[in-house]
Amino acid sequence: MTDLKLLTTEQMAHFAAKGFISFPSVVPDHINQKFLDDIGEVPSENEKGMMSHYSNIMKSSTIPLVPAGTALKDSYPEGTALNELINLSEISGAIESLVGLDCLLDHHFLHITFPQKYWEKSKTPQRSQSIHQDSTIDPRKAFDVQIFYFPHEVTKEMGGTRYIPGSHFRVVSESSISRYQNIKGQEHVICPAGTVMIFHMGLWHGGGLNQSDQLRYLFKIRLCPKRRQLRLWEEGQLKNETESQRPIFWTDGKKQEDHLSSILTKPEPWFEMDSGRLEYLNRIRFWRYISGDDNFDADYWVTRVENEFL
Amino acid sequence: MPNSDTLRQKVLVLYLSSSSLEAGVVAWSLYDGTGEYLHMPGDGEDAPYKTGIEALKDGWRLIQASPLIQHSEGDEFRTGYFKYEFFFEKIISKEHD
Repeated sequence: MTDLKLLTTEQMAHFAAKGFISFPSVVPDHINQKFLDDIGEVPSENEKGMMSHYSNIMKSSTIPLVPAGTALKDSYPEGTALNELINLSEISGAIESLVGLDCLLDHHFLHITFPQKYWEKSKTPQRSQSIHQDSTIDPRKAFDVQIFYFPHEVTKEMGGTRYIPGSHFRVVSESSISRYQNIKGQEHVICPAGTVMIFHMGLWHGGGLNQSDQLRYLFKIRLCPKRRQLRLWEEGQLKNETESQRPIFWTDGKKQEDHLSSILTKPEPWFEMDSGRLEYLNRIRFWRYISGDDNFDADYWVTRVENEFL
Repeated sequence: MPNSDTLRQKVLVLYLSSSSLEAGVVAWSLYDGTGEYLHMPGDGEDAPYKTGIEALKDGWRLIQASPLIQHSEGDEFRTGYFKYEFFFEKIISKEHD
């Protein structure tokens, strides 16, 4: 294991507020190439459409088959691209900070976004993937993370993953939200080769429309914590006085964008006027959970509604 | 003469930032019964209208609005689906479109 580059408090606050963290070009080219070689190829004469492509690629690929619940440290044999990927100091540091390096592998999967010609062979109109939350309804305080690894450059035409920053605390049922076609503030992955994003399990996302003539690959790894996620990151000196509050609403007019309370109470463009405030409460309660500080608050949002006398 | 064989429905769904039709659009969807356009997830960065009122002014007819539902005890702070969903329609004659 290489040296861990743990997440900073600022990065953790960003993860709490937005539900993801990005590492552009973090994976060196030789690992990307090794991984692309591991995927393998389907001979063009065997191409009969998307489902047959998946079936053929699974038979020929050397991506490891890993039973659900395997320790991450035992999931990828030494010398494989995926072993090298998770041992990069930035990636192993982020894994330790979020779910602990003793986490378990839930599953991994090679997501392929197919260009037009594959849809034609499948006799289906080409479409982007609907927005969804992975797995199923999941109201836990503990959280899984999903590593999104983009082994090659993703151009705008390739329809990179669409995702909704700040949507991760919404408790919905998987594709029940597919009615929502476009959401203000939605982002589309456009990135250089070797980019890794780590999503909170609840982040809403969907594959885009691949208008290039190449297959687009995304390798996803879901990791589950094996213990309470408590103060795992590199706690730094982010400007925050957790024991005292700052003036709110009527202030000196100066912005304190790097203040922890500011990061946790920054709205997303899609926030409704009332329920957007509930997202602040979600973020504050998440921070209490990962910090173990049950009195933590940002701008009095939770303290106010807890001030009860029975 | 338009009849049910030639009339088609276009559906616009706007998600607003509050229960007022004057509130800003935070999400939107379009379904085109004429078959002219295939709208799909992630296909637009700019909302077709800034508010619900703007859609009314452009001839969309409101056909459904989500009700305001009392928050059940113990679930007051949970967030989930968008709360302020408004369905609009336009009836299009395929003969004249």
